[in-house]
Amino acid sequence: MTSSPSTHAPRKQRRRGDLGPVGQVGTHVTLAVASLIALFPIVWLVYLSLGPDKDDYLHPGGIFAKATLDNYSFVLTNTAFFNWLWSTLVVAGGTTLFGVMSAATTGYAVSRMRFPGHRPLMWVLLLTQAFPIAVLIVPMYEIFSQLRLVDSHLGLILVNCTTIVPYCSWLLKGYFDTIPVELDEAGMIDGLTPFGTFWRLILPLARPGLAVAAFYAFITAFAEVAFASTFLLDDSKYTFAVGLQSFISEHDAQWNLMAATAVLIAIPVTVFFYLVQRHVVTGLTAGSVKG
Amino acid sequence: MTLTAPAPAAETPRSRRRAPRPVQRVRDSYRRYWYAYAMVAPVVIVLGVLVGYPLARGFYLTLTDANSLNSARTIGVNTIDATYKFIGLDNYAEILWGPAAYDRFWSHFVWTIVWTVTCVVLHYVIGLGLAMLLNQRLRGRVAYRLLLILPWAVPTFVTVFAWRIMLADAGVINSMIGAIGLAEPSWLEDPTWQRTAAILVNTWCGVPFMMLSLLGGLQSIDENLYEAAEIDGASAWQRFRHVTLPGLSSVSSTVVLLGVIWTFNQFAIIFLLFGNTAPDAQILVTWAYRLGFGQQPRDFAMSAAYGVLLLAILIVFTSFYYRWLKRNDQLA
Repeated sequence: MTSSPSTHAPRKQRRRGDLGPVGQVGTHVTLAVASLIALFPIVWLVYLSLGPDKDDYLHPGGIFAKATLDNYSFVLTNTAFFNWLWSTLVVAGGTTLFGVMSAATTGYAVSRMRFPGHRPLMWVLLLTQAFPIAVLIVPMYEIFSQLRLVDSHLGLILVNCTTIVPYCSWLLKGYFDTIPVELDEAGMIDGLTPFGTFWRLILPLARPGLAVAAFYAFITAFAEVAFASTFLLDDSKYTFAVGLQSFISEHDAQWNLMAATAVLIAIPVTVFFYLVQRHVVTGLTAGSVKG
Repeated sequence: MTLTAPAPAAETPRSRRRAPRPVQRVRDSYRRYWYAYAMVAPVVIVLGVLVGYPLARGFYLTLTDANSLNSARTIGVNTIDATYKFIGLDNYAEILWGPAAYDRFWSHFVWTIVWTVTCVVLHYVIGLGLAMLLNQRLRGRVAYRLLLILPWAVPTFVTVFAWRIMLADAGVINSMIGAIGLAEPSWLEDPTWQRTAAILVNTWCGVPFMMLSLLGGLQSIDENLYEAAEIDGASAWQRFRHVTLPGLSSVSSTVVLLGVIWTFNQFAIIFLLFGNTAPDAQILVTWAYRLGFGQQPRDFAMSAAYGVLLLAILIVFTSFYYRWLKRNDQLA
């Protein structure tokens, strides 16, 4: 992934990549419009979060005059925001830990070893990623209500793992594929067992891949809506994805508070995401981008 | 895909000893592969317990008339046992050709297909267009790239609410449309506009991923190919058609498959955009959820049956897609 075209010989007069003035302007206009569209909903949300009244979104012009941070202080002091934060961290953290730990060895085995059952396993991993939540949600609910795991964080972590575990395995397989096999061979020659090779040689090298898998698992569990909406009942146990919905019930829509909460949630996640997004894309399409 | 570290070890014994007896073969296979099995064991166990068992259980539920009134449940300290009974394939018959089959299943099926195709085409075309613009030498392209990723970076459940505010009757989008003198659609009430709104929001959410993946793909295409094509007198379109698209084919096939699966199963956007309203804009996944959890009594059996049908559709699609890819690879 480190192929940078600029390291080639100097090519000042190359035509490709150098646009004429019309092309330049056209490109900039298109990209600027696209960026604006990408940016607008978020900016708008931030703007509306400053309006003190719940109907301010209907006449946004008025917000300028009375912009305040009251919504934020209200959300932080008078709602279950910190409960939700805790729930979200517990669920996302638990899912990540469990998912990545169990997926790492499998990713390696699937990447390096051709054992009987290898193909069916790959197929199952891929297929599980394609599972519509509708397939598992009903039986899970039934089983969990018998085990009294409904409305518990542990239950939610377990359901999240149904999607996260195969995903992480797949992701890590892609990453292990990019580590040269010669390293494994060298390890074997030096007398390491397959486990030893994995543990001492490959795992340390795969740290970036593990980080991406962990990040992806975290974000996915963080933003998971369907399971969380079904399996969490008590509003102090809500994750953000469910908690945010609770601002807009049929009777009362507190858009201003919702906007403020949304901004509080989105900012750290977005910043975090920016820091690692490059690796995430590489991880997701690993194997195919190498061409 | 051809990384086979322990393969040499696997070859030698077989050539030396010929036709080992079955017991011997199992023992050999165990000795040769036990570490592979040990390494995949955690995931196999997790998937077996958390996916396999519920799946089997769910399939059994589809053969019953389970709903929230006759399922096992606990009220306070009392546990009430399940009383639902086995009814065979009746649920499937009712879904597929029962009296309400069109209203309940086929209309959602058609809409789900339209939704998936439209969204993925839009994702791909817009994503590719932006990726190609970003792949040029251009001032500020890093800044553009960062801005364009934004929709992907913000959690979906946050942005969907932003869209809900913007698409509301007197929201900012309608104000803008009204300002230039057009009729203001009621995005969240009228069925056609609900569908349009859903596609709009999903497109907005899905383009960045396509764009980034395709940008990665574009950057891995060898510049010399373009140079060679140019020397051969290929026009811009021909270069796109014969260099860019083939160069992207492996990335494209991956992201299109992911895109189809994700869009087909897209739950959050429609669920959060419309809540419990908009029966016409529900795709099969959200509709199945609604049957199981969005109504009283909850129809567990039906919901599970929808789930099984959805899974069947995806399995058929994925296998055809793979076969198609394989054939194309052989042709190339």
